[in-house]
Amino acid sequence: MVDPHLLFEQLFNGIQYGILLFLLAAGLTLVFGIMDLMNLAHGSLYMLGAYIAATVTLAADSFLLGIAVALPATLFVGILLEVIVLRKLYDRGHLDQVLATFGMILFFNELVRLIWGPAGIEVPLPVVLNASLTLFDIPLPVYRILVIGVGLAVAAFLYVLVVKTKVGMLIRAGASNREMVGALGIDIKKVFTLVFGLGAALAALAGVMAGPIFAATIGMGENILIQVLVVIVIGGIGSIRGAFVGALLIGVIEILGRSFLDDLFKLFLPVNAAETAAPAAASMLIYILMAGVLFFRPQGLFPARSG
Amino acid sequence: MSLSRETIVVIITFALLAIVPFIASLTEVPFYLDLGRRMMILAIGALSLNLIMGYGGMISFGHAVFVGIGAYVVGICAEHEIVSGFIQWPLALIVCAAFAFIFGAISLRTRGVYFIMITLALAQMMYFLGVSLDRYGGDDGLPLIEPSNFSGLIDLSEKTSLYYLVFVLLLLCLWICKRLVNSRFGMVIQGARSNEARMQAIGFPTYRYQLTAFVIAGAMAGLAGVLLANHTDFVNPDMMHWTRSGDLIIMVLLGGMGSLAGPVVGALVFILLEEALSGITEYWQLIFGPFLILVVLFARGGLLGFLEKRKTSEGEGD
Repeated sequence: MVDPHLLFEQLFNGIQYGILLFLLAAGLTLVFGIMDLMNLAHGSLYMLGAYIAATVTLAADSFLLGIAVALPATLFVGILLEVIVLRKLYDRGHLDQVLATFGMILFFNELVRLIWGPAGIEVPLPVVLNASLTLFDIPLPVYRILVIGVGLAVAAFLYVLVVKTKVGMLIRAGASNREMVGALGIDIKKVFTLVFGLGAALAALAGVMAGPIFAATIGMGENILIQVLVVIVIGGIGSIRGAFVGALLIGVIEILGRSFLDDLFKLFLPVNAAETAAPAAASMLIYILMAGVLFFRPQGLFPARSG
Repeated sequence: MSLSRETIVVIITFALLAIVPFIASLTEVPFYLDLGRRMMILAIGALSLNLIMGYGGMISFGHAVFVGIGAYVVGICAEHEIVSGFIQWPLALIVCAAFAFIFGAISLRTRGVYFIMITLALAQMMYFLGVSLDRYGGDDGLPLIEPSNFSGLIDLSEKTSLYYLVFVLLLLCLWICKRLVNSRFGMVIQGARSNEARMQAIGFPTYRYQLTAFVIAGAMAGLAGVLLANHTDFVNPDMMHWTRSGDLIIMVLLGGMGSLAGPVVGALVFILLEEALSGITEYWQLIFGPFLILVVLFARGGLLGFLEKRKTSEGEGD
């Protein structure tokens, strides 16, 4: 039967993965909710963050320096994208936005291949973080605990920013009525650029932290982007709270599904059939969940627009 | 009576496609035959997407999944030694229509950006399913041992016959699209795109109409998949990958969304661009990506739309 230690360990890994998804989903859902912009290139910023951090980390032998360079660099690229292209797309249909940002994905993937080559980069863990804490006889890697800590801090920061500050007020006002905020003398374009930059920095942060866990590879952005989209759909577009709950849910289901679904299937299927069906079913699990959520709540679990 | 520019472009396009096999054998470059066939197969896929996206306003970002399912039906049948095209082909269309019914029923409950994301996610789900199907090649795909067998009626391993079969089927699909778009059914679909609430108010159950359109488009994309499997003698999950769906959208937009033959022209231009650019540099997407952004920003309406616009500015438009 299922080993409780293993279950706990995988639950922990699932939460950590969920936190990673949250960092991406938070930026994307804000951009979605406030600017009504479908940005597929969000995953490219994540990839860019991971590659820049990996290069600096390896060259300078300092993970901290990697973060210190990758975040502002990606922030800069994000703002550049917003000012040059995306700004012109706010008033366009979603199809135009999808296509233009799809073009960006092609561009960035090829750019990374040109600069760094087709092979990925393994990022070594800083020695300090390469340890484990033991809780109830279960070793928990310090690095993963750190990732969860950073994610929770970001969640708290975003909550305070959006709900308690003047900038947050402008963000929410801009989301509900762009023209009116502009008419009141506020430079709404600046607010949009700021929000987009914030999203880019969060994507880079996720990329940096993913480096030592998954390595930096071309296409890493798209694979996770699809899962992030599922998170946003489940959570409700534009809702940070929805993104947080959705991300943890998807992270845990994804990891637990891969680890335990074959054991579960073996309870009522022959061993052979279970071993064939389990990986297939595990990879479909989150999409089935999404279809289910949509069937009962088409606007997601925490619809932001209505409330 | 003068023909519209669109008609002229279409006639020229098909005339060129019709003589490709002769050019290929004259110049002794069989690659042209291959290229032309791939263009036409993708054109069928793009045509089917245009039905729901261009006319119905349903932006599906997972349309390639039906191409993949159609191809997989052929591949899986062949793997189990069912090689008769009379079984494979109808079965593929039925399976695609069934999947389109389920996926459509789920995704049509939503609108706008949600619809885009759900079609994308459902397609990725099938992609991952294909990757995890070890019995049928998994990630590596499934070689097609022999092409669909039409017991002497037509020999698909003969590449020129396959070419003309694809040619005829493309014409057939274009004709079907024309009939559909101009029918009462097509009018309802287009009406729902412009104003769904109003269509419902005058008594049309738009959901059922849209779902029907989605199923028809899915089956037509499945036909493209069946042909693609016979074209490449190979089936793999990559056919369902979301970037393939993106390619289909690009083709529709390049040609001109919501114009009948636009997707055909778009598919041709897309493949030609891909060939030309990858001839210039290995990193061709470095050029293609920004090109796409420029098309979105400055060339709305695609190539045929561009032609139509010129027509109107010359003062002979409607």
